[in-house]
Amino acid sequence: MNLNTLWEYANPKKFIQTTDRVLPWVAGLAALTLGAGLVWGFFFTPDDYRQGSTVKIIYLHVPSALMAINAWLMMLITSLVWIVRRHHVSALAARAAAPVGLVMTLIALLTGAIWGQPMWGTWWAWDPRLTSFLILFLFYLGYIALWAAIENDDTAADLTSILCLVGSVFALLSRYAVNFWNQGLHQGASLSVAPGERMAMTFKLPLYVSMAGFVLLFVALVLMRTRTEIRARRLRVLIARQRMEHA
Amino acid sequence: MRAGGGFGLGLSFFLIVVVLVPFSVGPQNALLAEIAPGVLWLGALLACLLSLDRIFALDWEDGSLDLLATSPLPMEAIVSVKALAHWLTTGLPLVLAAPVLGLLLSLPQEGYRWVIISLFLGTPALSVIGTFGAALTVGLKRGGLLLSLLVLPLYVPTLIFGAEVARRGAEGLAVTTPLLLLAGITCGTIALLPFASAAVLRVNLR
Amino acid sequence: MMLSVSDLMISRGGIPVLEGLSFALGAGDVLVLRGPNGCGKTTLLRTLAGLQLPVSGRIDVASESLVYAAHADGIKTTLTVTENLRFWAQVFGQENIMPAIEAFHLAPLADRPAGALSAGQKRRLGLARLLVTGRAIWVLDEPTVSLDAEAVAMFATAVRTHVADGGAALIATHIDLGLREARLLDLEPYRARALATDDFDGSFL
Repeated sequence: MNLNTLWEYANPKKFIQTTDRVLPWVAGLAALTLGAGLVWGFFFTPDDYRQGSTVKIIYLHVPSALMAINAWLMMLITSLVWIVRRHHVSALAARAAAPVGLVMTLIALLTGAIWGQPMWGTWWAWDPRLTSFLILFLFYLGYIALWAAIENDDTAADLTSILCLVGSVFALLSRYAVNFWNQGLHQGASLSVAPGERMAMTFKLPLYVSMAGFVLLFVALVLMRTRTEIRARRLRVLIARQRMEHA
Repeated sequence: MRAGGGFGLGLSFFLIVVVLVPFSVGPQNALLAEIAPGVLWLGALLACLLSLDRIFALDWEDGSLDLLATSPLPMEAIVSVKALAHWLTTGLPLVLAAPVLGLLLSLPQEGYRWVIISLFLGTPALSVIGTFGAALTVGLKRGGLLLSLLVLPLYVPTLIFGAEVARRGAEGLAVTTPLLLLAGITCGTIALLPFASAAVLRVNLR
Repeated sequence: MMLSVSDLMISRGGIPVLEGLSFALGAGDVLVLRGPNGCGKTTLLRTLAGLQLPVSGRIDVASESLVYAAHADGIKTTLTVTENLRFWAQVFGQENIMPAIEAFHLAPLADRPAGALSAGQKRRLGLARLLVTGRAIWVLDEPTVSLDAEAVAMFATAVRTHVADGGAALIATHIDLGLREARLLDLEPYRARALATDDFDGSFL
């Protein structure tokens, strides 16, 4: 597939037509993989010798955290595409992905707190990872609020794209700053859990499956929401036309 | 550009924050001395935030922004001058007021120098980042709250490094690393962010 | 030609307002734009000033030859009349503000803060700003709002002097300025009939 055929999907009509066919499969596959991964992880893996059954929340925590970051990455890429090529589907896809990313961040934070309670004896610690996710959460909130505040669609797309670019740089800066800051407080290493390290295959495999499930879930949700955004946009165009015919 | 007004607003807010802190955490000098650098940084940041929506608001209302945009001045220069003006009217007074307010919080002797230096280095970044936020929300009704929501996460790195310099300084630790990082952030934002601010301002004037 | 526009299409808020618009403005020309409210006069002037992009068509104008005056005057209320003019003169790299003060009879008001001026006096100051820019093409949006008959005459004289010096003016206004040499351009025939703003909105349907 060369690039030109790829850009064809940036046409809203073509996008709707294609996703009409693709979406049911993606959604079905997402449900299947996610269900399999979670059931496998929750019921068919042994308890950790140290952490007991609390470790099983990892099958929600790690994939949602992964998608929280990847959703922002996807928004960054689609924003760049909008700025460079001005494909409207791209801007709308970024808009569609933001609430999904926000919810993923929230899931990661909540499951982190629920996991942290028995493990660290506290719901919240200013651990660099947790703090970074809290900051990411704020970035998502601001991005969504900016989209909501501006009436003109193209203006909103331009402004949010630039915010996403600038925000990405600052999010990265914050990540390093937070690492530095936490070191400065002389905590962290004892508290921070490095998931995925030295994990046995019995735990790893279901984790991979539920990660794939989360990726598919994210793709399905973003496709669905992008379709909604395209239709909402179409509605606004139609209303504007009607108003003009009566003017 | 000098007719912005609201010179004392940020300064009064800074004073209020610092005065309220002992009432909320208690009057123990040891505790106050420990948190003083952080409180001074937080107060300066909030005072800065409070005055951001004034950066473009008046020029937007009286039409000067449109006229400036069609003038020979490049938009990048306009936003840079706006950020500079904001720093001169808000940031610089905060830097100068910080030692006086440090007295109220029984800031340790060694702390004064580093609080002033860190604020002096960090507040320009706050003004430049704030100008970007103000450019994003110019012309929006009820833009003030949105402006805070957009700018706060962008302020995190500056606050962390700035407060870290002040804290380490007050405790007599080495400050070189956070100081360099703070200076880096300030230089980076001054060099690059005006381009983003100018771009969003052009979009908003469309 | 100092300014020429060909087959221009412009939109406001994503909805096209004018299309197929062509006209030219040479040295010494005064062109008065007419049309009902909402027909796109302001949008057209803002597009010419470079504040927004046209949907299609060409605008040919030498860079830095045009000055735009909007509904709002861009006056700082805390500065005096002279300070306001000096500020704008500096922005446009000019020195002399005396001709502007004389043309709009601002000398008695020169040291008053602009905030203390009446609406008509403010407008005179806003129009005097045009003279300190040294730009050849004036693009004016309803310049005579809140001016009395005497001030309108001052304005007409200023426009006449400006075009006599090889300048040009494009004025959107409803009233008769008493400028006999002015050409009229009615925008009514150019109101947009096309429904889609561009190919992308069309592609949403």
